[in-house]
Amino acid sequence: MTKPMTMSQKILAYHAGKEYVEPGDLIFANVDLVLGNDVTTPVAIKEFEKIGIDRVFDKDKIAIVPDHFTPNKDIKSAQQCKMVREFAKKYEITNYFEVGEMGIEHALLPEKGLVVPGDLVIGADSHTCTYGALGAFSTGIGSTDMACAMATGKCWFKVPEAIKFILYGKKTGWTSGKDIILHIIGMIGVDGALYKSMEYTGEGLKSLSMDDRFTIANMAIEAGAKNGIFEVDEKTIEYVKQHSTKPYKIFKADEDAEYSQVFEIDISKIRPTVAFPHLPENTKTIDEITEKIYIDQVVIGSCTNGRIEDLRIAAKILKGRKVKKGLRCIIFPTTQNIYKQALKEGLIEIFIDAGCVVSTPTCGPCLGGHMGILADGEKALATTNRNFVGRMGHPNSEVYLSSPAIAAASAVLGYIGSPEELGMKGDDE
Amino acid sequence: MIFKGKAHKYYDNIDTDVIIPARYLNTSDPNELAKHCLEDLDKEFVNKVQKGDILVAGKNFGCGSSREHAPIAIKACGVSCVVAKSFARIFYRNAINIGLPIVECEEAVDGIEAGDEVEVDLVNGIIKNLTKGKEFKAKPFPEFMQNIMKAGGLIEFVKGELKKDA
Repeated sequence: MTKPMTMSQKILAYHAGKEYVEPGDLIFANVDLVLGNDVTTPVAIKEFEKIGIDRVFDKDKIAIVPDHFTPNKDIKSAQQCKMVREFAKKYEITNYFEVGEMGIEHALLPEKGLVVPGDLVIGADSHTCTYGALGAFSTGIGSTDMACAMATGKCWFKVPEAIKFILYGKKTGWTSGKDIILHIIGMIGVDGALYKSMEYTGEGLKSLSMDDRFTIANMAIEAGAKNGIFEVDEKTIEYVKQHSTKPYKIFKADEDAEYSQVFEIDISKIRPTVAFPHLPENTKTIDEITEKIYIDQVVIGSCTNGRIEDLRIAAKILKGRKVKKGLRCIIFPTTQNIYKQALKEGLIEIFIDAGCVVSTPTCGPCLGGHMGILADGEKALATTNRNFVGRMGHPNSEVYLSSPAIAAASAVLGYIGSPEELGMKGDDE
Repeated sequence: MIFKGKAHKYYDNIDTDVIIPARYLNTSDPNELAKHCLEDLDKEFVNKVQKGDILVAGKNFGCGSSREHAPIAIKACGVSCVVAKSFARIFYRNAINIGLPIVECEEAVDGIEAGDEVEVDLVNGIIKNLTKGKEFKAKPFPEFMQNIMKAGGLIEFVKGELKKDA
């Protein structure tokens, strides 16, 4: 008889070929997928070459997505992408996605069916934790880890303790997955889940779409967590069947598994939430914002909130309205497929008519790379994941974080506000 | 593994965006990255730091991005060791993997001021503030990680392992 385990413990034990692993154990485990982008892969390639082997462990289990500075913003970025492209060609990497077929990595991989429940995924990008929405153990690592995993198919892990989040109730009004995760980070802090796993369960999961879950898992890293993971249900299976033919394995936490903390959260009580500069934990609900915070730029997109539901919500609010004069509103569909879907549904036309600019998928503005850099003293409201000092440009600029609904309404108002101020009630009313 | 140098001290939640801003991530050259280390936090840092100096910070040091450019920049600008109350986990593993020594010790951070002369004994987990004559005990480094550090980082460690398999 082995001791009870959490979902994360079970996935790690399975991939390490062990019956049981304990929090704190240091293990080597086999990975199902290794991910890199155009910023982290060049460093990994240099390290990979030092190992001195002439093959990768499995050309089908590596995904490389140039998405940060692409389409290339300058010569140095072009050189980096060239290095990545040549590496992908030399080692015949199956899942290399060039401009034109790509998307922001964390939306693209699930869409392409490359991640399924029970997988162990590592990625040289901190938001790799996104795939926890699918019931996979996925976590961000660095370039050296990526290099070693490309060579050996293995990575070292410290088995994490877990925090259990039992969600109940139903979302109300304009509240979305983004508000739930901002609420949680505000509650536990940016190091509230440091070195730990955030495991989501409870009947409240039923009211969360897959897009909501991707957003919540995506920001686990913003609470310091190693991974965020959702219990697998019918919605997960439905999504996987639509996107993948890969076999999957469902791991369920034991009833009596041990958690370092347990939180019960009534999601019907969560109101739209905004994170103030310069940390994702500096949250206020929309009702607590009493002063008018005027903004210069709104960004809707990124691996956190550029999926089709996000665009639909933004379009619902922007339809027939105009972006406030003098404010820039930039919209980024997260993958080429999402872009195409938005075109079909007429969302892109709504955005352009409202005075927004619509861009090809790129991480550019989220991290102050390109396509929406802030000047000295400017303020932005973004549906991205981080609002650190200088994140979106000048060190004296400020970034606020919100859901697409709040961002779209604020683009019209010119200051941070809710669709309720535009006389729009949420879906359930 | 004993390091000695002058302390540079910063606060909690020093993130990877201020350690090395994304605008410089179009290169992976350590010397280029070192020129901009901590630039958005303290413009003078790269001029002040000397080879062997020790970086001291609060909790959650290195939070944010997975960019290995952050520990690379710190190492390349001459810092010998980082002492913090806690580290963000990807930064922690990146530092181990590239061979940048790091130690967690809350009391030591509280007992060190900027400019103090500090000595860190990684294997035994002993941190000395030579200026103030104080000694602090940190948790010794796990053997697993000492082995990676001793090999000179994860790449050398993996090379050794691959040889064993062959």
